[in-house]
Amino acid sequence: MLSNIDITQLIFGRLTLQSIPYYDPILVATFLVVAIAGAGLVAAITYYRWWGTLWNDWFTSVDHKKIGIMYIVLAIVMLLRGFADAILMRTQQALAFNGSEGFLPAHHYDQVFTAHGVIMIFFVAMPLITGIMNFVIPLQIGARDVAFPFLNNFSFWMTAGGAVIIMLSLFVGEFARTGWLAFPPLSSAEYSPGVGVDYYLWGLQIAGVGTLLSGVNLLVTIIKMRAPGMSLMRMPIFIWTALCTNVLIVASFPVLTAVLTLLTLDRYVGTHFFTNDMGGNSMMYFNLIWIWGHPEVYILILPAFGVFSEVTSTFCGKRLFGYTSMVYATVVITILSYLVWLHHFFTMGNGASVNSFFAITTMIISIPTGAKIFNWLFTMYEGRIRFELPMMWTVAFIVTFVIGGMTGVLLAVPPVDFVFHNSLFLVAHFHNVIIGGVLFGMFAAINYWFPKAFGFRLDAFWGKVSFWFWVVGFYVAFMPLYVLGLMGVTRRLREFDDPSLQIWFLVAAGGALLVAVGIGAMLMQFYVSIRDRKYLRDVTGDPWDGRTLEWATSSPPPHYNFAFTPIVRDIDAYTDMKRNNFRRPMEGYKPIHMPRNTGAGIVLAGLSTVCGFALVWYIWWLAAVSFLGLIGYAIWHTFNYDRDYYIPAGEVAASEQAFASKLAGRF
Amino acid sequence: MSSATNTATTPPEAFFALEEHEHAAGSSTMLGFWFYLMSDCLIFAVLFATYGVLAGNYAAGPRPEDIFELHLVAVNTGLLLFSSITYGFAMIAMQARRKALVLLWLGVTGLLGACFLGIELYEFGVMIAEGATPQRSGFLSSFFTLVGTHGLHVAFGLVWLATLMIQIGSRGLIDANRRRVMCLSMFWHFLDVVWIGVFTFVYLIRMI
Amino acid sequence: MATSPNTSTTPHGAAKAQDGASSHMEGGEAHATLGGYVTGFLLSVVMTAIPFWLVMARPIEDGAITATLVVAFAIGQIFVHMIYFLHMDSKSEGGWTIMALIFTAVLVIICISGSLWVMYHLNQNMMPMGDMPMEHDGAMGGMSGHTDNPVNQIAPFGSVEEN
Repeated sequence: MLSNIDITQLIFGRLTLQSIPYYDPILVATFLVVAIAGAGLVAAITYYRWWGTLWNDWFTSVDHKKIGIMYIVLAIVMLLRGFADAILMRTQQALAFNGSEGFLPAHHYDQVFTAHGVIMIFFVAMPLITGIMNFVIPLQIGARDVAFPFLNNFSFWMTAGGAVIIMLSLFVGEFARTGWLAFPPLSSAEYSPGVGVDYYLWGLQIAGVGTLLSGVNLLVTIIKMRAPGMSLMRMPIFIWTALCTNVLIVASFPVLTAVLTLLTLDRYVGTHFFTNDMGGNSMMYFNLIWIWGHPEVYILILPAFGVFSEVTSTFCGKRLFGYTSMVYATVVITILSYLVWLHHFFTMGNGASVNSFFAITTMIISIPTGAKIFNWLFTMYEGRIRFELPMMWTVAFIVTFVIGGMTGVLLAVPPVDFVFHNSLFLVAHFHNVIIGGVLFGMFAAINYWFPKAFGFRLDAFWGKVSFWFWVVGFYVAFMPLYVLGLMGVTRRLREFDDPSLQIWFLVAAGGALLVAVGIGAMLMQFYVSIRDRKYLRDVTGDPWDGRTLEWATSSPPPHYNFAFTPIVRDIDAYTDMKRNNFRRPMEGYKPIHMPRNTGAGIVLAGLSTVCGFALVWYIWWLAAVSFLGLIGYAIWHTFNYDRDYYIPAGEVAASEQAFASKLAGRF
Repeated sequence: MSSATNTATTPPEAFFALEEHEHAAGSSTMLGFWFYLMSDCLIFAVLFATYGVLAGNYAAGPRPEDIFELHLVAVNTGLLLFSSITYGFAMIAMQARRKALVLLWLGVTGLLGACFLGIELYEFGVMIAEGATPQRSGFLSSFFTLVGTHGLHVAFGLVWLATLMIQIGSRGLIDANRRRVMCLSMFWHFLDVVWIGVFTFVYLIRMI
Repeated sequence: MATSPNTSTTPHGAAKAQDGASSHMEGGEAHATLGGYVTGFLLSVVMTAIPFWLVMARPIEDGAITATLVVAFAIGQIFVHMIYFLHMDSKSEGGWTIMALIFTAVLVIICISGSLWVMYHLNQNMMPMGDMPMEHDGAMGGMSGHTDNPVNQIAPFGSVEEN
């Protein structure tokens, strides 16, 4: 009998049947929905025989455009999960009054708010910006691909692997109940003995490797692969913001890796970094994780700033106002973002001198940000503004972000922060900047670059429906939280005693429902656009009268992006080309050197994911096997020296002729 | 082509590079690897900071003077230094395209690295046998993690070195392999720089 | 990486190594020289030996002076390694390597000194013994290991169960 138990433990670690929450009706229903939808998807792919295409043209692709699109698909799928969590929370808080406990038990509710934060930051916002950067950067700098195409594929799959780990926690075991940054001592082995925090740790570590490598990759791409003539001060603003974002990624994600490793050691090995006894210091965790955490905020927002700059300039038909000041503002934000981290824990107990220092640096950082707002406004001033969807998102952003920014400056004042710390005011503030900044920016980007990616525009009607529901829904959902925060309601509460608060939570829940309609309309927009793609088609490759190089090639761009590398003479390179009635060279094509597709990325990331899962459940043999497999496969992969091929000149000529005849047919 | 109606068109060569000046394969590898090393540097920065904060938290357990054996550290430092210059000799042999010599010096570097790891493991073993385990105190947790992370890097470097020697043996000093030798060179010397921080701040300063 | 900057200062016949380095690889191959490596090595040996001697033999009684010297030698040796072994100069890769290095160095300093300052100040300010002034502007924490003050070993919110 005893030996039996030992063998099961040897094989399955701490994974038992009880780990699968079949007794929780909400989770069972979710599981059924996911299972049925998943089965339907698999059946459809099989029915239409898409497996080969999926594997050969997408999963193993090293083409930066396809990887970028896969990142965005991943982000949208995870957005649905993260938003489902949001709806659960809003409903719970709206119901849990007058003695009612709502419908979520505490251990479930705590997982929901943790998962919401983790998913929205790491698996929605991060893949969105990485995806957009991946797609746009090589096109905008006139390059054929990123510097390390295989690494790019591997990075994507590591991010996806992290998402898989997090999603697995929904149906096997549990997720962390600690809040999205898993602060110790709550997240220590003593107070969170289950698998939740371990899922969190390994999910983030695996995704973090992907993020870091993609940061290195895009950084080198921007530095080394710009078209001739594109000096630093001729780079489009989006490239500048992407450069700074990737600098921040390379220079801050290692800090996250290190601090999560220390927490992992505390939990697995029994070290004393963040424990309460034996010389540990849990406040050190706060200090370290925010050294990563604050740059992370700018990692998210800077590319959005870049998108708004491109969109404003394009849809006002004007060169961006104050290009140079925009560049310097971006660089200053990049550096200052490393000097403000303590404002996340003013209340920790530091004295006035430390708090003042970080308060002042925090307030200073709002200056370059404010300068940017004025640059966008002055670009719009006297411009011929076309209110297409990307521009609408930009205007909504400017209004919303200014409100969010001002509440941020309020929070930067330590005495004020002592009142607002961990309150719903804070929750409203960061949603105000992340939704109003990052998410609106990425929606603008999706609407702006979708025709480039697929050769047809997104449907404007459903886009506008989605826009209005998102924007109105956002205000209805989050303005009440400012009020509640001012009244002293703290975050992450599951039930309330004071009935006078309920109305605010009901309004907020209504706002969340409006946003739900917005998300639905967005999905509808994709569906309608794909259905009506014939009518929405754009054959010029330049549907918006764009100003930068990505619009100089066909939509969707060929594998190799540009048959001939463009030469840049101006910040708005494509406007310059159009003004001078440029002609495309129509002969003299050369074979083009391109990297070969490979399945190595997906294999490596798959092994990492298995290893992570095994470590979560203490299945040591599986962890060892998959880890050794990982190392062995990586070494074996380095013995493959044959990683590229040439696209024959004839093939290049054929696809360029096709584009030219499409253009000719149009005029 | 597109705007054929206009008279004043600009010739294609004004806007397109008609002659390819191709980026050589792997021309970005060195810079990319350098950026990776810089990010690694920040991992060590966190570990040094943690050691700095927790180094006095003995929890009534062993203190530096009870467990540090400076003679061993000195020997280890010497080994790493020697391995740095032997790697330098390998680089010089590579510039002269002398494959056998490259392999010889890489082999010597690997041996020195292995000795370093051996001594470090011995040092850890003695400490653990004396009860100075990573679980004993915050000081020891941060000590073992910082020094151990450096050791793990060295171990990874050794695996890489062995792989690279096989690859050079079978394929010679082709461009791809030369690039890898140079990347590993940066990695190896970088670890040596980190070790300067380790022997100074972890060991020497604490023994004054 | 381009030519290491020390070529002119090498006494040990660098010529032999030079001619083999016909780099046809873009992105630059370090033109390492024997003289460069030997110079770097000798300097490193000296700069390693002296601090070990300072600590193991204690020719200087004053701990603060010894510590300062040890740290100074470490910083010097880091520069030696950067120049002679890692071939840092302002020209390689269009200056991006050195720029990345300087940026990283600044961040490392911010990260380490910032953490020490924050945590030291916190420990001072949250001292549970109560007889310390609330506002105590700590000097840079330094390596806080010298203090044997038991209070220093207590995590801010921790129980005093150790010792």
